[in-house]
Amino acid sequence: MKFERGNLLGLEELTGAEIESILETAESFVEISERPLKKVPVLRGLTVVNLFFEPSTRTRISFEIAEKRLSADTVNFAATTSSAVKGETLKDTARNIESMGIDMLVVRHSAPGAAAYLADILECPVINAGDGSHEHPTQALLDLFTVKQNRGKIAGLNVLIVGDILHSRVARSNIFGFSKLGASVTVCGPPTLIPPGIEKLGAKVSYDLCNSLPEADVVMMLRIQRERLKDCFFPTLREYSEFFGLDGEKMKLARSGVTVMHPGPINRGVEMTPEVADGPYSVILEQVKYGLAVRMAVLYLLSGGELSSEDSH
Amino acid sequence: MKILIKNGRVIDPSQGVDEKRDILLEDGLVSPAGGAARGADGDVDETIDAGGLVVSPGFVDMHVHLREPGREDAETVESGARAAIRGGFTSIACMPNTEPVIEGDEGAEFILARGREAGLARVFPIVAISRKLEGEVLSEIGAAMRAGAVGVSDDGMPVMRASLMRRALEYMKMFEAPVISHCEDISLSGSGCMNEGNTSTLLGLKGIPSESEDVMVARDIMLAEMAGSRLHVAHISTRRSLELVAEGKARGAGVTCEVTPHHFTLTDEAVKGYDTRAKMKPPLRSADDVAALRQGLKRGTIDAIATDHAPHTEEEKDQEFDLAPFGVIGMETALGIACSELYHGKVISLPRLVELMSTNPAKILGLPYGTLRDGAPADVTLFDPDAEWTVDEREFASRSRNTPFSGWKVKGRVVSVIVGGKVLMRDGAIAS
Amino acid sequence: MTRKEKARIMDEDDMTRATMRIAHEIVEANKGTRDLVLVGIRRRGVPLAHRIAAAIAEFERKELPVGTLDITLYRDDLQLVAHQPILRKTELPFAVDGKVVVLVDDVLYTGRTIRAAMDEIMDFGRPKAIRLAVLIDRGHRELPIRADYVGKNVPTSSREIISVKLSEHDGEDGVTVEELKP
Repeated sequence: MKFERGNLLGLEELTGAEIESILETAESFVEISERPLKKVPVLRGLTVVNLFFEPSTRTRISFEIAEKRLSADTVNFAATTSSAVKGETLKDTARNIESMGIDMLVVRHSAPGAAAYLADILECPVINAGDGSHEHPTQALLDLFTVKQNRGKIAGLNVLIVGDILHSRVARSNIFGFSKLGASVTVCGPPTLIPPGIEKLGAKVSYDLCNSLPEADVVMMLRIQRERLKDCFFPTLREYSEFFGLDGEKMKLARSGVTVMHPGPINRGVEMTPEVADGPYSVILEQVKYGLAVRMAVLYLLSGGELSSEDSH
Repeated sequence: MKILIKNGRVIDPSQGVDEKRDILLEDGLVSPAGGAARGADGDVDETIDAGGLVVSPGFVDMHVHLREPGREDAETVESGARAAIRGGFTSIACMPNTEPVIEGDEGAEFILARGREAGLARVFPIVAISRKLEGEVLSEIGAAMRAGAVGVSDDGMPVMRASLMRRALEYMKMFEAPVISHCEDISLSGSGCMNEGNTSTLLGLKGIPSESEDVMVARDIMLAEMAGSRLHVAHISTRRSLELVAEGKARGAGVTCEVTPHHFTLTDEAVKGYDTRAKMKPPLRSADDVAALRQGLKRGTIDAIATDHAPHTEEEKDQEFDLAPFGVIGMETALGIACSELYHGKVISLPRLVELMSTNPAKILGLPYGTLRDGAPADVTLFDPDAEWTVDEREFASRSRNTPFSGWKVKGRVVSVIVGGKVLMRDGAIAS
Repeated sequence: MTRKEKARIMDEDDMTRATMRIAHEIVEANKGTRDLVLVGIRRRGVPLAHRIAAAIAEFERKELPVGTLDITLYRDDLQLVAHQPILRKTELPFAVDGKVVVLVDDVLYTGRTIRAAMDEIMDFGRPKAIRLAVLIDRGHRELPIRADYVGKNVPTSSREIISVKLSEHDGEDGVTVEELKP
């Protein structure tokens, strides 16, 4: 089954087979980053614009490197220095950029649905690099890929996602991704940060990390933002990490061989102690490495042209 | 240590028991050999003859104010725990509005330690919802609950911000314990000091309308349903609030409520004469409200009787009505008033009374008391439902004297109280 | 469009003989097996490369390293296909610098596949030389590319298709010419 969509907006609309085909494609891209010359000409001559309205270092750099390794020409647009500040609407910004003849758009925006909105008005393929609290498909894809590389399979695994589920696009995309590939997903956090109806999306709910850890094959820790304190989602960071932070003591409850993940950046000492972040079960750095391969795969798959051709001699 | 309680009328709603039977207490627990011990007086350490008395699981007062830390002149954990025993209460839960406020694991541990030192009634901390009771941000509820708190409340104050109340209700889903709400809209109460009605007009005092309570009860029940969480309405006082609770229960909401003896006994007419011992929040209400409360006690809408024991020194209460602090004590008159007004007043039966004063409050707070089943902790209260006595506050163990029932003749008296198999009060006298 | 078989060009024995001859020619031209590596171009170049390596191992008693090359990312026609072709892995278990790389493919046609293969090999390092071994050369070059070792030359028209079957992929061995019919 091939991936034949024109955009990557989220994982909710994809089938398990489509997600599998993206992961399989990513396999082939891992090796490229290990070559002496880390470049292939497949996107040569194509212009990819990274339209980032929200600050992001790691995701933007990851996309940029992926694009450059595929020999594409990359243009970066960071919201603070740009027309958004001058009051230009999103639609006009995108249309203006497209008129310069770009071939693909990678967009991150704080408004849920921004990527879909752009995909509707633009001709070129759009990749969602995060739209508000809605979805972050390439993050979930790299998480899935990392688990696959580490554990061989995804079906049948128990995945535990811990933290601020309410505001997390990473959590949502991962719930879709892991469920569609046959894993069982549980979300865990203070009740104030678990959105209503999350069960309908396919996740079980737990308010007790210690209770849920022993059954987890994969533990994904999400970042907690300090801003949540003033909206009273929990009393203090100290209490949050007492109950929901991963430290050496809690890790004793986990299975041996558990896979510990984090989309980054980590608040050391809050979600995770340095001991766990740097410990033997953590695959956090691999996530970053595989993020490149996954993004290259997505860029490759979306870069197809118009006519069909026979694939033989 | 074996204690045999014989010839008593054992009323234990948790087991559906109301009959004459003997109870054996062994090593601090109710012994399964109770029935068989009949006649085996020889090998027990003490025999208590409970003839003519009701043998009930120890009463639980889920709403008291102990003024420690900060106002030890009015009450301390120890004096409050002693007053509790005199009132038949083997367990009490105290509110956090002390100086400083009881919050976090340190606050919870402080109260638990002081209670253990006193060695009288068991004392459990209810901790603050908001830091310093300022109503702005959550206090470290999790740490406090882990340390042994039994619930959270900003009592004394309402949580005015609905968004904060919502978060508190959601957050408490992590624990099997209630959010206890002091339901009052401050902007509606304003500077009122008694119920708003004919009497307040007559006396020229500013009134607190019933709606000030009703709107908050409505709001809190809705938020509790939204969060899927447990709400306990403190000191309910109006007909409308009761209707809202009844409707909420019918819908399956996790809401419970309590009433104080002064609210189901006195009306706002008690304020005539400007006696500050009739001043408390919520205020004494109208005769219609009192009638509704009694109906609620009868029908089951009300789950518990809790005293809202609020000690104040004589100097504090000895002021113009407007300026005196709100609050009356109640632990040492609770049984007398409840028995006289409700049992002898033919509103409820004795088993229902025990349910209101022991079974239900224990259940709401998730305490393993309020029951005399085999193996339960030996917390027992023996009372004489027919004994007549006159309320003389000078005999109270409480450090404060602010009771509205001074000089009342009541029928129903606590005789003996046992906590964890230790006899702390015997025949009306605290054991030394 | 359907395909109709027109003629059978090689059978199993023909293919075995051709493979054996190519193996000998490679070693003869190289004056031995020094610095020699085989790289099969996906998909059918791969089993062919392994067969050649096996043949060489037989008469030279030397196991040559065999790599696999997927040239999809180097194709010059990706912008013309509706959806991207399935990508498979490139695996070269040796360094390319200083080696004589013998590319192996089943059919040489326009030469574009070989051009892509050479570009990809060069991105891995600097080989001493690149040689090309193919089972069938069907003419119609569009680029100046030629094979060093050929199994069989088969002139064809562009309406025809050369179908190479290898038992590793197709369950049987054989080369046929088919015609595209509307």
